[in-house]
Amino acid sequence: MTKYLLQLADNALILGHRLGEWCGHAPEMELDMALTNIALDLTGQARSLYQRVAELEGLGKDEDDYAYLRDAWEFRNVLLVEQPNGDFAYTIVRQFIFDAYNYYLHRALTQSKDEWLAGFAAKSLKEITYHLRFSSEWMLRLGDGTEVSHAKLQAAIENLWNYTGELTKPNEVEQALTVQGICPNLTQLKTEIEAKMTEVLAAANVTAPVGAWMQSGGKDGSHSEHLGFILAEMQFLQRAYPGLEW
Amino acid sequence: MKKEWPLWEIFIRSKSGLNHKHVGSLHAADAEMALENARDLYTRRNEGVSIWVVESKHITASDPDDSDPLFEPARDKVYRHPTFYTVPDEVSHM
Repeated sequence: MTKYLLQLADNALILGHRLGEWCGHAPEMELDMALTNIALDLTGQARSLYQRVAELEGLGKDEDDYAYLRDAWEFRNVLLVEQPNGDFAYTIVRQFIFDAYNYYLHRALTQSKDEWLAGFAAKSLKEITYHLRFSSEWMLRLGDGTEVSHAKLQAAIENLWNYTGELTKPNEVEQALTVQGICPNLTQLKTEIEAKMTEVLAAANVTAPVGAWMQSGGKDGSHSEHLGFILAEMQFLQRAYPGLEW
Repeated sequence: MKKEWPLWEIFIRSKSGLNHKHVGSLHAADAEMALENARDLYTRRNEGVSIWVVESKHITASDPDDSDPLFEPARDKVYRHPTFYTVPDEVSHM
């Protein structure tokens, strides 16, 4: 159970960190606020999940221990969320793919047999619904915008598509929890998620690569080189000055 | 030269029953984006239950130089205020 919660928490933390990197760098001041707002939602979700893991483990840890004192192979986030921000179109595609997955996942998790998780999902779903709305609309704007924005969006889709497979391919942790009714059947969820993606991609006038080879491993701790750099930045202070507060 | 997004005026209703009130302005490419930006800029501390956005160019404002002809004539007409009535104590919300 804690392994699964860490998967959810790490997705939120790492993507939140990536979005936070836009702070002060977004194309418009308004977008700076929008992206960091989403980052804060995600960081808040990660925090609740880490606190729950700490409670279940009962080892006297707190949320910071999980965020700052684990190494890359202990992180269970999907590879998609650790991908670099790239340009704005790249960030939007990464966000849209994740939001589409995250929305249907959390909607299904509200029916989880684990009462805490169902409650957490219901609360987070409101935030995630807005994230999906934000990223979907930007998909349309960029896809339907100028020739340049369309080309950038299409390029981002082609570059990131390899990371979509992992989202709906259950690992052992998820398979075991599906049997217990705690986590939804990802194979079933896949149909809904793909329908949403197809709908938005068609409206944005872009196409997904067919038969792309899919990367995986993030959920079980095999990460791309990017995660190490994220952790180096995120964890530096706690590693160099353990227990530092401000 | 970068093309600027148009300016939008933002009105927020802070709770049901009250009027929308002007809170500020922001840049957005279209009305949907203006709503989303307004949500992030002006309601993130739980300030509102409803948002209106209006592109600034659609607002016609009175000229400050015209303030005398526009507003001065109303200043000495106190009889237009309903202040000469005695309001019974039982009447609230007046």
